[in-house]
Amino acid sequence: MAAGTTYLEAIRQGIWEEMERDPDVFVIGEDVGVYGGAFKVTAGMFEHFGDRRVVDTPISEEGIVGAAIGAGLMGLRPVAEMQFSDFISCGFDQIVNFAAKCHYRWNAAVPIVVRAPSGGGIHGGPFHSQNPEMWFVRTPGLKVVCPATPYDAKGLIKAAIRDNDPVIFFEHKALYRRVKEDIPDEDYTVPLGRAKVVREGKDLTIVTYGAMVWSALEAAEKLAEEGASIEVVDLRTLLPLDRDTVCDSVRKTSKVLLVHEDTRTGGMAGELAVSITERVFEYLDAPIVRVTAPDTPVPFSPPLEEAFLPNTEKVIEKARWLYRY
Amino acid sequence: MGTVEAITPHEQTQTDEQAPLAHQCLYYMALMREAEDRIERKLYRQGKVLGGVYVGRGQEAIPVGTGLLAQPQDILLPSHRDMAVFFIRGVPVRRVIAQYMGRMGGLTRGRDGNMHMGDMRLGIVSIISALAATVPVASGVALALRYKGTGGVAFSYFGDGATSRGAWHEGVNFATVQKLPVVYICNNNQYAYSTPLELQMACANVADRGPAYNMPAEIVDGNDVFAVYEAAQRAIAHARSGRGPYLLECKTFRMTGHSAHDAAEYVPQSLFEEWAKLDPIERLEAKMLEHRWATREEIDRLRVDVVREVDEAVAWADASPCPDPVTLTEGVYETE
Repeated sequence: MAAGTTYLEAIRQGIWEEMERDPDVFVIGEDVGVYGGAFKVTAGMFEHFGDRRVVDTPISEEGIVGAAIGAGLMGLRPVAEMQFSDFISCGFDQIVNFAAKCHYRWNAAVPIVVRAPSGGGIHGGPFHSQNPEMWFVRTPGLKVVCPATPYDAKGLIKAAIRDNDPVIFFEHKALYRRVKEDIPDEDYTVPLGRAKVVREGKDLTIVTYGAMVWSALEAAEKLAEEGASIEVVDLRTLLPLDRDTVCDSVRKTSKVLLVHEDTRTGGMAGELAVSITERVFEYLDAPIVRVTAPDTPVPFSPPLEEAFLPNTEKVIEKARWLYRY
Repeated sequence: MGTVEAITPHEQTQTDEQAPLAHQCLYYMALMREAEDRIERKLYRQGKVLGGVYVGRGQEAIPVGTGLLAQPQDILLPSHRDMAVFFIRGVPVRRVIAQYMGRMGGLTRGRDGNMHMGDMRLGIVSIISALAATVPVASGVALALRYKGTGGVAFSYFGDGATSRGAWHEGVNFATVQKLPVVYICNNNQYAYSTPLELQMACANVADRGPAYNMPAEIVDGNDVFAVYEAAQRAIAHARSGRGPYLLECKTFRMTGHSAHDAAEYVPQSLFEEWAKLDPIERLEAKMLEHRWATREEIDRLRVDVVREVDEAVAWADASPCPDPVTLTEGVYETE
């Protein structure tokens, strides 16, 4: 048991172990080699695995994703890094038109992972703070992963590398060094496409993912003092979406609050709300409500960013309203 | 104006040993012409082929002169006017016709149409509609070929218009930095849809882009299959030797509209007339007759055989079933 492993270190270990296990796994991206990546997720890999398996590239997101796709078509398992998820738009065509559609069109597997550090709360401003996951959730053929804990981050990156489909792996930057957890030393994976009930409760369900899992847990803890028993579901994977686990929880609690750090319109909450009414409408005792960021770019100045980001207080306010409904 | 110092004129050598190669070239070029004519001028007009139809009439020497040099370990990334690459790699004509007709017999089983097809078992990567998207993918293919030590080369095909896209430059830049085994094969057919070359780029030749990437570049007569073949030999040898990519610009002309619906009225008629005199199939036939590599009767027989092969392919494709709508959601993922 590795005591107090950070989210960042868990991802690093996951990639490292997969590279040790499978010689077809390699890392590609900007500054991932000697420098070890902008966030140091690939630190030490260049020295250990060499320049054949840790490939520094020019500044060229479309080139990086394209190269990953080509190598993936050839049976290798590239792990491509976008320095910030905000830059993934430069590789958009390769991801949504090339990688996502290969298998459906011509039966060609594209076993690639595109890692993308996302999320706000680090005063990064409009181009270093976004949550672009829904651009990809809208694209059949991709898998989209947003881990919240070190245990899941390691298990999911390993599962993503072993998966034969293109996986977009969003790592929340604010969690990199902020959350720690004891994780097993032995090899394990966390299956893609499975949500997890991370806190049991009976009065209402909060469904969320990524950094907001921690806000939801904190809110549930606080509201327990007021007598509310809150269940928290961590989606972990957004595509394919585990509607079963969400709906099972709603059947139990009959009230649901949807939370995401991503902006409001077209966010995951909308898809979940329809899925819940389609499947378990008769179990609902209250309207479905949501806490999200507003429909604006992510602002830079701290008071603005704070107003933009959902947080524990905002979740508590809505959860309390729903609990008392 | 752009100049390409890397270009050197190459003397062609014609010997009788080339006779079998000439026959092979003529077969594939004639087969591509006949299959595309049938698709564009018959099946499309009959409503049996729907959607976009993009043909390479007049450009057949380029996929044939390069494709015939591919080794089994090489990977080809053809563009949408390179049909002969599929035939050379062993895809039967009937499957290409079925692909155009949206039938189960097509390479994508009706999932996609026209030249949007590939098969990694045959070493062919499918294009997508965004042109030049396969150029960065070719870099990854070449990276994997080197990673695995196969000695293989990636053949990256595109037109002049594709070289305007960022994807092209990102792909080429990475491949040249890494000295990857890629051969870039440009069919410069002078038009990208309705846009003529002078509105596409400020340099005179696509090959002029080569020196900016420290990449050897060569201009070749794209309507002379032997010229293409010999230039491709140099390009492939360079890439295979580990010295990095090589750019081959094949000058040619698009003898049709962009696609079957486009009458190309924006192209001056004189250009069509001028380039019709340079038809690559007629030039090859004339060369074969001149060097006595074939008799007129042998050539006529080959053309008749090709027509029959396409007749049979169309019949097979027409009998191939359409995909069943119940399969609509199948295959989105490799691992469900």
